[in-house]
Amino acid sequence: MRFVDEFRDRKIARELGVQIARLARPDRAYRFMEVCGGHTHTIYKHGIEDYLPPNITLVHGPGCPVCVIPMGRVDDAIFIARQPGVILTCFGDMMRVPGGCGSFLDASAAGADIRMVYSPLDALKIAQRNPERRVVFFAIGFETTAPSTALTLLKAAQDGVDNFSVFCNHVTIVPAIKAILDSPDLRLDGFLGPGHVSAVIGCRPYQFIAEHFQRPVVVAGFEPLDILESVRLLLEQIEQGRCEVENQYTRVVPWEGNPKALAVIRETMELRPYFEWRGLGFISQSALKLREPFSRLDAERIFRLPGVRVADPKACQCGEVLKGVLKPWECKVFGTACTPETPIGTCMVSSEGACAAYYNYGRFHRESVAEAVR
Amino acid sequence: MCLAIPGQIVRLIPDSDLATADVSGVKRNINIGLVSQEGIAPGDWVLIHVGFAISKVDEQEARTSLEFLQSMGKAFTDEMTAISGDERGS
Ligand code: SF4
Repeated sequence: MRFVDEFRDRKIARELGVQIARLARPDRAYRFMEVCGGHTHTIYKHGIEDYLPPNITLVHGPGCPVCVIPMGRVDDAIFIARQPGVILTCFGDMMRVPGGCGSFLDASAAGADIRMVYSPLDALKIAQRNPERRVVFFAIGFETTAPSTALTLLKAAQDGVDNFSVFCNHVTIVPAIKAILDSPDLRLDGFLGPGHVSAVIGCRPYQFIAEHFQRPVVVAGFEPLDILESVRLLLEQIEQGRCEVENQYTRVVPWEGNPKALAVIRETMELRPYFEWRGLGFISQSALKLREPFSRLDAERIFRLPGVRVADPKACQCGEVLKGVLKPWECKVFGTACTPETPIGTCMVSSEGACAAYYNYGRFHRESVAEAVR
Repeated sequence: MCLAIPGQIVRLIPDSDLATADVSGVKRNINIGLVSQEGIAPGDWVLIHVGFAISKVDEQEARTSLEFLQSMGKAFTDEMTAISGDERGS
């Protein structure tokens, strides 16, 4: 059954590829950024670029929350983990992310109590079961994840769990896109908007890209055909001289987003004036912190964090990769000094990072191209 | 960690925002507080991200995206390990 399905998909993919090739003018180049790491993963895994004419390039964006955590925040978290009685909890992807003085994995090997959880609610449960310990949840993620942290905070406040706190590192996608559009070293012709982030924030927040920066945006699903269809929609807009936000992923993304999720974020969190993104530097109003009424649950106020800024390693070119200026394999340490087992930069850590996705599927991808040609 | 995986609601847990969902054969409790305004009932499909339902989807969408996620290999198996490993040890 699977094979039949795959075959059908491949046929549709080819058809879409033909339509795309017809729409794309041979005398110009198109650069589209996929903002979300989930898209990057699909693109490499399924060799999407094979279906596109050579003058269309997909540029990988900054939409992997693990990839954009600056070193200093990892160090701050390790500082917290080393305080007496603390249990630091985090998602599994964070364990290998390098800070200035090692990763969570290193800190845990050195005796810190760091535990992986699937959900922030599991972290809260650990706190309830260990009343004598101080349990800190290392919160990361875009707007997809922030509502979960928000509801967990509300529950912690409601149940009076006072040995629980959140180290908030939530970031927001729109200011990052704006920073990339403002940066002079990059020319982009359009965006594939993130699918699951948009399930929360809806499509409206991208309108400034279309209106102010005159670039089309298509909110895209994660399957290979979704991506191809979205590229086709982008080209269609360009050819018809339109510049709009379109929603290809209506199956999941309502135009207005999820109002309940937005409301709980707003209730518990507010924008920071600025936040550092690994490789991208400081971006104003690009991250969330806890609101004053939740200060008793705010690890940043409970612990006196060193908050030292750590420069990225010299060899690391994650910033260029995150901005789409470099392709992963163009980084000098790619696949040699920097691999998923011993990552130097964050893009190699998470399976949604561009470097890891290319490392894992690049070779497979080249083989499949050879096969297709044969 | 950014993955959102479809799961089917098996039963609602009374007097709470919780429901038991079947995610690719694994049963676990999830929070449905973010989608409760959509009137969730047993049999419905939702997209689940870090233990929370973030949107309601139809069965067709749930099944195709589950199939797609399974084809992703490691990213999917990692997520499933995380889902099934929740309440142990904590
Ligand atoms: S190869 Fe490593 S150091 Fe280079 S950009 Fe990728 S993650 Fe960063």
